[in-house]
Amino acid sequence: MTRICIVDYGVGNMYSIMKAMRLFSQDVVMSEDPAVLRTASALVLPGQGAFQAGMEGLEKRDLLPEVLRAAKGGKPILGICLGAQLLLEKGWEFGEWPGLGIIPGEVVHFPALQEKVKIPHMGWNAIDLPDKGQWDGTAFVGITPGTEMYFIHSYILRPQMRAHVLAETTYGGVRFSSAIRSGNILGCQFHPEKSGKEGLRIVEGFVRSIG
Amino acid sequence: MLKIRIIPRLDVKGSSIVKGIHMEGLRVVGRPQDMARKYFEQGADEMIIMDTVASLYGRSPDFALMRTVADELFIPLTMGGGIQSLHDITNLLRAGADKIAINTYAIRNPPLIAEAVRQFGSQCIVLSVEAKRTPEGWWEAYTEGGREHSGRNVIDWVREALDLGIGEILLTSVDSDGTRMGYALDLIRAVTAISTVPVIAHGGARDSASLFAAIETGADAVALATILHYDECSIGPLKRELSRCGLPIRSS
Repeated sequence: MTRICIVDYGVGNMYSIMKAMRLFSQDVVMSEDPAVLRTASALVLPGQGAFQAGMEGLEKRDLLPEVLRAAKGGKPILGICLGAQLLLEKGWEFGEWPGLGIIPGEVVHFPALQEKVKIPHMGWNAIDLPDKGQWDGTAFVGITPGTEMYFIHSYILRPQMRAHVLAETTYGGVRFSSAIRSGNILGCQFHPEKSGKEGLRIVEGFVRSIG
Repeated sequence: MLKIRIIPRLDVKGSSIVKGIHMEGLRVVGRPQDMARKYFEQGADEMIIMDTVASLYGRSPDFALMRTVADELFIPLTMGGGIQSLHDITNLLRAGADKIAINTYAIRNPPLIAEAVRQFGSQCIVLSVEAKRTPEGWWEAYTEGGREHSGRNVIDWVREALDLGIGEILLTSVDSDGTRMGYALDLIRAVTAISTVPVIAHGGARDSASLFAAIETGADAVALATILHYDECSIGPLKRELSRCGLPIRSS
């Protein structure tokens, strides 16, 4: 049985991602119960909002150990937006906060953008392949580089290793990591569940990657 | 580079989508779920759905109906109409909204904007402006679906709302709404000149040239209803024409 658990840690709209997952899987649940996370085959960390609030949301529900255990055990995990940011080691939103540390790196504010460029970065922007990167064998298989996805964020993923960069995006003259990956762990800064049919292909790709 | 967004707007009354002219004389044009699905299939970049008479009738939006529309969509969704409280906003977010548009009760009680921004973040709060030109030549902000005077100058009100933290502006020209006469470019120019957040132009869409003009004038996105509802245009061809004119348009 391949149950997907959307982790409810108290931040943002989770219905959209649940609805999207249910297009491709019969068994999708939403839960804040560590026991449910433990028995699931894959986890989704959704979320929108501040880094600290996200970590506190996980801590308060005693979900941190379970998420870390899942990562260590090779369980597929999909982090979206804030959920992707939490995968890194620390975040610099309203101070310095420790993250899950599943992928080395940190979350920083957009560096100096070109003049008159608005923050948050909100809207449709292209995702590209990094140098020497490839999407075959990942949830992005079949996506054409340059396809637009829906973003809404003010902070960006900065993984330590180039090898963990799955996709890049340019905004206001700054090129940043719009998706990161390490083994079965995937983080998307954009919202695949809000990115039309192309975004749904990524959701489908993730569901298919689950054993 | 960010793409220009093409956003169908659905005005709900009861269990139907309606459309009028100058926001009056509302006629039924279809079923919300059918129209939402149709525009999603056509390639809409976002969608706006408003409970168009909620403020007028002094009630909250129809959450259950909004939910059934959201279920058809996998693109960002703005909901509004009759938002009176943080409680209403929470309920719409639960119904599947990503952003919430507020007009009437924000004008009556501006601190509502600041409270909403504090709780849900700027990116979630859209100021809906219903602007009508006065005989003296300034724009007055209207409430209750373009029906009631507020006495507020649109430019002053937008400035105040920006200070309160709104993340986006949905700018409707009541004079142009439903007329197919083109967007109110002077209004778009005046508001985009002072706005630090994205502006969605609404009211008067006729064809791709009219959309192009609104964007050239400064709008970050265009909302349209009449020409889509009456099948005079569809989103795919509009996007292709705008793309040929050199605008950054989402291809898929």
